[in-house]
Amino acid sequence: MQNIQDLEKILNSELNTKIKSSLIKHNQIYLKIDEADLIKVILFLKTNSKTKFRQLIDITAVDYPENEIRFKLIYLLLSHEFNQRIIIEIDIKEKDIVGSITSIFPAANWMEREVFDMYGIDFKDHPDLRRILTDYGFKGHPLRKDFPLTGHNEVRYSHETKKVIYEPVKLEQNYRNFDYESPWEGTKYIKEQTKE
Amino acid sequence: MAKETKTLNLNFGPQHPAAHGVLRLILQLDGEIVEKADPHIGLLHRGTEKLIENKTYTQAVPYFDRLDYVAPMNQEHAFALAIEKILKIEVPIRAQYIRVMFCEIGRILSHILNVTTQAMDVGALTPTLWGFEEREILMGFYEKVSGSRLHANYFRAGGVHQDLPKGLDKEIGKFCERFPKIINDLELLLTDNRIFKQRNVDIGVVSKQDALDYSFSGVMLRGSGVPWDLRKSQPYDCYEQFEFKIPVGKNGDCYDRYLCRIEEMKESVNIINQCLANLPVGPIKTDDGKISPPPKKEIKQSMEALIHHFKLYTEGYRVDEDEIYTAVEAPKGEFGVYLISDGSSKPYKCKIRAPGFSHLQAMDYLIKGHMLADVPAVLGSMDIVFGEVDR
Repeated sequence: MQNIQDLEKILNSELNTKIKSSLIKHNQIYLKIDEADLIKVILFLKTNSKTKFRQLIDITAVDYPENEIRFKLIYLLLSHEFNQRIIIEIDIKEKDIVGSITSIFPAANWMEREVFDMYGIDFKDHPDLRRILTDYGFKGHPLRKDFPLTGHNEVRYSHETKKVIYEPVKLEQNYRNFDYESPWEGTKYIKEQTKE
Repeated sequence: MAKETKTLNLNFGPQHPAAHGVLRLILQLDGEIVEKADPHIGLLHRGTEKLIENKTYTQAVPYFDRLDYVAPMNQEHAFALAIEKILKIEVPIRAQYIRVMFCEIGRILSHILNVTTQAMDVGALTPTLWGFEEREILMGFYEKVSGSRLHANYFRAGGVHQDLPKGLDKEIGKFCERFPKIINDLELLLTDNRIFKQRNVDIGVVSKQDALDYSFSGVMLRGSGVPWDLRKSQPYDCYEQFEFKIPVGKNGDCYDRYLCRIEEMKESVNIINQCLANLPVGPIKTDDGKISPPPKKEIKQSMEALIHHFKLYTEGYRVDEDEIYTAVEAPKGEFGVYLISDGSSKPYKCKIRAPGFSHLQAMDYLIKGHMLADVPAVLGSMDIVFGEVDR
């Protein structure tokens, strides 16, 4: 296993201007970069002989609806040779279009499709940007925080029309979200106490 | 006169027994040769990630059973590890042993199902009948320890839900004595079987480079000759303490993947035996009252225990603000959880990285140029379970 501190130094010296910040946490490197540098950085990480992050593990996004820069895109990469993981973050606005990395990693195809489906983030130069997990003709992006848990439509078989029909969700009982939050200390307090 | 040819579009699934679930595969055929495969997934999409965001950490565990439902505990493990790393909980050694043991039982469960159904897809029925008898016994162990045969909900952050019932270790030991013979029987039926080999050797070949590029993991990666197993390379829980081998394939075809799975089952039995031989005594979950609920006996006596019990089952425990990716070597490959916590008792985001998702994505690449009859063979060797692909 290559030393993780050394690897962080290599990244910082080789990519210096492209990295906004880097951090080592839980034995993994967290990199923050700009959207414009994404493809260059990923290509560098994959091909450079000192990094060799040759496997893309996953692509995902996080939604912070209260922020002006609403989404955070996350790329997880793995290097078998050096046994290291890296987590790359880029901040993007709602209407931003991100470059697709399918030309570097063919595995990114479905992962980007999933991000598009779940969050509505567009990818430039993607060969086949369709919805993937949701129903045919689905509207909305389910993993956005403002999408209701129950969804908008429900499906049932109608005996009158003899086919499956879509109708707006009708709940027998309203969805109840109990507020259990309390001034209970949580876990932090007990750890500090045992330390003393 | 030149013959006119026409490509045929064939809809394979979504209700096809060889699709191992609800896969709709749109195949473009030229005669019997597949020109293009377009898998349509999501027919089993239940919005697991969205649901987890709306549940407390304890309530989220059962959703992990329902992903890859043939090896449920392996996935609970990834989630439990993620929380433990954020909260920096020490897991008692006995709990670690129990978790490793049940993860290996899960691996055998999954591999039996895969190996035998793959054989069924190419025409052999007997292995399925023999294999499922053994699965039944293993699911009996699941039931004894957790109360349910499939959806165990057994692992917790900080340990496991309850201790092994009396005598279970002996029963598992007996199974481990008997099971290598069953693997042998299966091998006698399949490994040198002419038909099985004709259907699997040199079918669905994956090169080393392509296995990396397509984000393959687990047997799909090892079958192509990449020696990579998270249990060895990034050991979690007490995997470092066990001796086991990692079987690696050579040709990257369906047959090599089958051989890898058979060998892995033998190694799993080996690990379970080591667990049983050295099973330590002691607690089975962390004693931190803010995370794991107090024993029933204490609730009747102690006010503090009662309050803890009440708070843990209403609000749940809180997890400090952090983000982490943890992965385990599930039977199908690298199963990962990318967890973002915000200091409340519910995850802010929980992305599930399912190995089958990337494997199925390569379907078009794997099947191009093969015959239609090879589609079930390739699908079978990929070990797809739609619970985890569709989430």
